[in-house]
Amino acid sequence: MSTSDVPMAGSLSGTERQVSWYEASARNRLRLLLDAGSLVEFIGPEQRETSPHLRLFDLPEQFDDGIVVGRGQLDGAPVLVAGQEGRFMGGAFGEVHGAKLTGLLRAAREMRSIPVLILFDTGGVRLQEANAGELAIAEIMRAMIEARAAGVKVIGLIGGRAGCYGGGGLIAACCSALAVSEQGRIAVSGPEVIETNRGVEEFDSRDRALVWRTMGGKHRRLIGGADLFTDDTVDDFRAAALQLLRFPLAFGLDALDAEQSRLEDRLRRFGACRDATDIWALEGIPQPESIPGLPPDRFLKLAAAFPPSLGAR
Amino acid sequence: MEDLTFRHTVPASAAGTRLQAIVGVVASGNLEVLAERVLSPTECLFEIRTAAEGFREVWTAVIADFVQRYSPGGLKLSVNDGGARPDTVALRLAQALRMMETGR
Amino acid sequence: MTNWQHGREERQARIGAAANLASGKLVAPQDVTRLLEAVMRPGDRVCLEGDNQKQADLLSGALLAVDTAKVNNLHMVQSGVVLPSHLDLFERGVARRLDFAYSGPQSARIASLLFGGKIELGAVHTYLELFARYFIDLTPNVALIAAVSADRHGNLYTGPNTEDTPTVVEATAFKDGIVIAQVNDVVDELPRIDIPGDRVHFVVKSDKPFFVEPLFTRDPAAITEGQILTAMLAIKGIYAPYGVQRLNHGIGFSTAAIELLLPTYGEALGLKGKIASHFALNPHPALIPAIESGWVKQIHSFGSEVGMEDYIRARPDVYFTGPDGSLRSNRAFCQVAGLYACDMFIGSTLQLDLQGNSSTVTASRIAGFGGAPNMGSDARGRRHPSEPWLQAGREADPETSPMLRRGRKLVVQIGETFGDRNVPLFVEKLDALALAAKLRLDLAPVMIYGDDVTHIVTEEGIANLLHCRNAVEREQAIRGVAGYTEVGRGRDAKAVERLRERRVIVRPEDIGIDPLDADRNLLAARSIKDLVRWSGGLYSAPSRFRNW
Repeated sequence: MSTSDVPMAGSLSGTERQVSWYEASARNRLRLLLDAGSLVEFIGPEQRETSPHLRLFDLPEQFDDGIVVGRGQLDGAPVLVAGQEGRFMGGAFGEVHGAKLTGLLRAAREMRSIPVLILFDTGGVRLQEANAGELAIAEIMRAMIEARAAGVKVIGLIGGRAGCYGGGGLIAACCSALAVSEQGRIAVSGPEVIETNRGVEEFDSRDRALVWRTMGGKHRRLIGGADLFTDDTVDDFRAAALQLLRFPLAFGLDALDAEQSRLEDRLRRFGACRDATDIWALEGIPQPESIPGLPPDRFLKLAAAFPPSLGAR
Repeated sequence: MEDLTFRHTVPASAAGTRLQAIVGVVASGNLEVLAERVLSPTECLFEIRTAAEGFREVWTAVIADFVQRYSPGGLKLSVNDGGARPDTVALRLAQALRMMETGR
Repeated sequence: MTNWQHGREERQARIGAAANLASGKLVAPQDVTRLLEAVMRPGDRVCLEGDNQKQADLLSGALLAVDTAKVNNLHMVQSGVVLPSHLDLFERGVARRLDFAYSGPQSARIASLLFGGKIELGAVHTYLELFARYFIDLTPNVALIAAVSADRHGNLYTGPNTEDTPTVVEATAFKDGIVIAQVNDVVDELPRIDIPGDRVHFVVKSDKPFFVEPLFTRDPAAITEGQILTAMLAIKGIYAPYGVQRLNHGIGFSTAAIELLLPTYGEALGLKGKIASHFALNPHPALIPAIESGWVKQIHSFGSEVGMEDYIRARPDVYFTGPDGSLRSNRAFCQVAGLYACDMFIGSTLQLDLQGNSSTVTASRIAGFGGAPNMGSDARGRRHPSEPWLQAGREADPETSPMLRRGRKLVVQIGETFGDRNVPLFVEKLDALALAAKLRLDLAPVMIYGDDVTHIVTEEGIANLLHCRNAVEREQAIRGVAGYTEVGRGRDAKAVERLRERRVIVRPEDIGIDPLDADRNLLAARSIKDLVRWSGGLYSAPSRFRNW
């Protein structure tokens, strides 16, 4: 639970970026990800733009409503950034939280030239702000598509303890590209929801190995639900972000058609599989049951055989 | 939810030049502290919003000890508390102050 | 002519009554209830394993199904009341009286059954004490045990979770009792023989392996800054000055933090080789980094821990293992080790009063004591000296002539001033007193008595009770580390200052610890995944701890 900010001035050495992404706060992830001292926060906590709804439920607010948005530099080039705090209300979207991200993406749409990095860490929409939250998801998706149509690259980085679920999963699917770590998870319905609705025989949410096989970073990388797999340090996520930004990330009708084909083909190939290990076996991976236990460097070598789908989910 | 305010007069101002700092996360058993250097050098102000009701006495004691020990003059410290223990509160206040004084 | 063979004849008769159910020693699972009806008599003393970790769950279920006209009012003598079926026996009238040591998962239900008069309580014991009574006045007539495998002669392999079994079988088999074992497998050749077959009368092969759960795994991700601070205080303020090499850690997050700070904080203090080298301890995953970093010479264990089997196999220099390579644990011997061969016990509790009495009992939960009273007590029968023991003795009793002055075991209670759900650790009056009144017990169930406690460590500092000369000093020393609890706020500030001057109370800054340095980055491992990495992939984390 180390939450203290890091020094603003001076350069950041490699060791300072060696911290665990999973462990770090949203603000720390951004400060360490970007070039030292370059983070400028929009609508920072001192503005006190808090949720207008939580008081009604006798719940505490957070000054930034659980998301940090702003701008900075990545290897000298400007970027717009957003980072969700997964430990505040599970990183879930509320009215203000969502509006901050919508505003950021609309700004990106207007500026046309600056990429956006979104550090997802969310369970979806806050129940207490359901309508506003769901509207926000829709507005964010629209703003993101408009930004992409204007030529903006939108990169998603996923590796926090809340994962990227619900509306967050939908938004992630609209990004130009995604990087994910082993601890990261990407889905829409959460494990408990699936178990409640379909029964424990269909999905035992307490079987955490199953949860990660189905929704976790390694599987997402191998099935094309994420473009890059990265280790759990800020340094590794920074390298992944830089790598993704170097790719041509086109957007348009052709790209969507290609994505549709890819998804249809994927469903055709793997639709009858019962478990991710069956999918990995069909993909020709030897000893698929050993994938979850593989250390990151060996997994990366293996994953190199599966080129990133880029611009497609 | 309970709102509490504490004002103290102190002999010395908090060191450093930093104008603002924030530590912590609002979650069960945790809290965030926003420090702002906006008051006169011998004043400090604590504005607490807490999810745990009925602990005014404990907050009074924790803050009195913090003020006595550190003399955080000039600072407004605003807290959103998710029901943290007193020692966690004391820790976050000290972390916020250190950040204001040293930038770390 | 007096008949001196009653017990033997009785056993022969009972075994004879079951002869038609067994093929050699083997009994089919569907015949076990009838077997129990044949070999048990109303009022028998029965030991149903019931260990801290493993449970003879098939036998427990079979016992629950007996015809209560044939088997009733049993006197259960078992260390652990863990499974729901253990208490269902009392609801059904199969069992009537209970002597036990630990009931963690059933602590609420056991309390309500006691209040409701469904259980006649013998007493709550510490493990070693209960084992001792197996040989004097609580000898089982029938023992229902769990083992990994058996051969056709009834030899048993109990494996890593050997735990209480040798002790239970020793008392039962050699005093005309009957031993019935459930096993996961029947094989031609056992990996090793833990229980010789001539002590075993019946064997049942179960369809599924006996119940066992991970109890000693603490996720480093859950360790808080407060726990890290208490751990730093313990290492620098107690382990180092007393030079504690031989010790037991009670299970908890503060001790897990200590284990994870040895390779980092302990190393920075230059303490490797000077402390924490010999343990009476279950195979805690949190100790892996310290083991890998060369801190630990030897560990003897009470039981095993799910997921640690391969790691233990690969580290026989550290753990006790058989010729087959798997762990050999033994609760009775490990408890003895903790009593006489360790210089310190350190563990946490739920409540501490103004004399330092420690209890985990609340008004509606009776968790029992486990091994804590044994580990956390001064062993007055001890005679061999060691530096920590002699030093503690000096502090406790500076007046007595050194040649006649016995040493003291360090008994440390560690914890944050506010526990789970912000419930205060320190209280004026233990809930145990209210419970004792309600149940009309002779004694309030105290886990560790204040006069055995030598140190209390909280995030506010260390209280050294050895230096306290009277009850008033003791009370203020305790209030002086009780933080912002009501007990803490009720301190006499001047008295506490004087105690601090005498180093009866030590604050973090008094020994060069800045609370702001108590950071999770100090932990050698910050996640279960980190522990797996430290173990070179040998540690196989149980599913509930995975985030990969």
